[in-house]
Amino acid sequence: MKYASQAVAKPYFIFAIMLFVGQILFGLIIGMQYVIGDFLFPEIPFNVARMVHTNLLIVWLLFGFMGASYFLVPEESETELYSPLLAKILFWVFAAAGVATILGYLLVPYARLAEMTGNDLLPTMGREFLEQPTITKIGIVIVCLGFLFNIVMTVLKGRKTVVTMILIMGLAGLSLLFLFSFVNPDNLVLDKFYWWWVVHLWVEGVWELILASILAFILIKTTGVDREIIEKWLYVIIAMALITGIIGTGHHYFWIGTPEYWQLWGSIFSAMEPIPFFMMTVYAFNIYNQRKREHPNKAAVLWALGTSVMAFLGAGVWGFLHTLAPVNYYTHGTQITAAHGHMAFYGAYVMIVLAIISYAMPLIRGKAAANSNQAQVWEMWSFWLMTVSMVFITLFLTGAGILQTWLQRVSDTPMSFMATQDQLQIFYWLREIAGAVFLIGLVVYLISFFIKGDEEASA
Amino acid sequence: MTETQQNGTTIFKEVTIMSERFTKSMARNIFYGGSLFFVLVFLGMTLDTQRKLPKRDHRENITEQVAHGKRIWEENDCVGCHSLLGEGAYFAPELGNVYPRRGGPFIKAWMQAMPTNTPGRRQMPQFNLSEEELDAIVAFLKWTSEINTANWPPNKEG
Repeated sequence: MKYASQAVAKPYFIFAIMLFVGQILFGLIIGMQYVIGDFLFPEIPFNVARMVHTNLLIVWLLFGFMGASYFLVPEESETELYSPLLAKILFWVFAAAGVATILGYLLVPYARLAEMTGNDLLPTMGREFLEQPTITKIGIVIVCLGFLFNIVMTVLKGRKTVVTMILIMGLAGLSLLFLFSFVNPDNLVLDKFYWWWVVHLWVEGVWELILASILAFILIKTTGVDREIIEKWLYVIIAMALITGIIGTGHHYFWIGTPEYWQLWGSIFSAMEPIPFFMMTVYAFNIYNQRKREHPNKAAVLWALGTSVMAFLGAGVWGFLHTLAPVNYYTHGTQITAAHGHMAFYGAYVMIVLAIISYAMPLIRGKAAANSNQAQVWEMWSFWLMTVSMVFITLFLTGAGILQTWLQRVSDTPMSFMATQDQLQIFYWLREIAGAVFLIGLVVYLISFFIKGDEEASA
Repeated sequence: MTETQQNGTTIFKEVTIMSERFTKSMARNIFYGGSLFFVLVFLGMTLDTQRKLPKRDHRENITEQVAHGKRIWEENDCVGCHSLLGEGAYFAPELGNVYPRRGGPFIKAWMQAMPTNTPGRRQMPQFNLSEEELDAIVAFLKWTSEINTANWPPNKEG
């Protein structure tokens, strides 16, 4: 670690991992409810467990992005963080707000939570992924602004690199687009139209900037390849991400009341969305093959290369599977969407956060460059356990989705939703088993932090 | 070095030469120019969509009751289990077309009868909505079913 203030990333990373554990536990609960319908009912209804599962994901990724920024921006800018104190205060504010919100979901009925938090004054609740009480949303905005201020001030007083510029654009875009979570007109079509400005333009827009810049940072650090080359291709990748992804929003505007020309434009542009992800895979492996050194942190390199492959498969290939309007007409809102969502989030965003944690944590914890080989072996086992089980989760959900589409949508004598669900049980059981293996992988990951090993790997 | 590796090296050299002519500032310009261009195109399309929407969403039919129904929909997190026009959770049936599929009285009676408490079956909570609130939910679902969704879903099962 080159600058003392980089250490403020540590609580962000630790808390992110804690929320990650919670996310997986609630994922297993809702997975179980898919096969044993009344599991934990009425104590934890499906919708509550699901919003805990998805909201924990979003929040821990945000913690991960913030930790990543606090770690890499001082190093890139070659200066201490503008205000480590502000970073620490915002950590506690965000953590407290996050915990209070999750407890609110679990302890009181959602309608009561809406009432308690004054949802009628500025109704923003009850929309997928944006279930947070309005006051929590305001808190998120404040935390993001404080965080951005801290990062921008750091960059302004130090060296400006392409990595930090793109990271800041991504983070600023994230904060700006989140403001659309406050747009909730009575007209459902408009509500949905602008809801996607948060959801789609986050994950298939500005978050890709954050992903690409963190990946570029890790590649610069671990391969020793000339920064000029890495930054040039970074520009190309994010250019393609935005060129395809912005109009690609149209793949959400097929069937929600929006004009039918979106079917054409949404199909064309979102069919090109795999391109930047494919380029990212080629980019990561090319740079790795040109490496000027063998970095002792093999686990971090594995996560970085892994994210480039899994993001391409999850976001690119599985996104393309159902993105063309004539296909999507039948698959829209089936388990195909769930399959894509799982692998895309894991591949693109979970893995990049785990990659930067893997790279940064040993340094923050005072190691020269990496954990001991023993600790890395545990970490790499967790990589394979989690990644392979996520592949299987995706395959099983895809199987469920294909059968569901056939029985409920394509067939001449379509079955009802619930009758169809009964036919999908075997896939849901297999998915739950794969989910349990994922949890084992996560436990192995946690253990890896406590493996000492007899010898420090040298830099 | 195997033949494959040699071929790989040759291709790599060619790519290197190509990539040297292609400079970082060119890449940067593609990023800024391309992104800005498509942001503007997207805003233009948004404007056009805004103009065309009234004919497709029949917003003149959004009464106070429909708006109230949407709020009840949100404040009970219905989308946490159901999908609405294909968006939401996939645990319970699509409700964008539930009004033509089941009709208003059925929807109300159904919600009042929950939960079924059938062992092993998926359970819908009892939300304890008043008669007036149930009517508002039905009005909201009726209006939603009348949105022009380009013929989605493919059949009445949603």
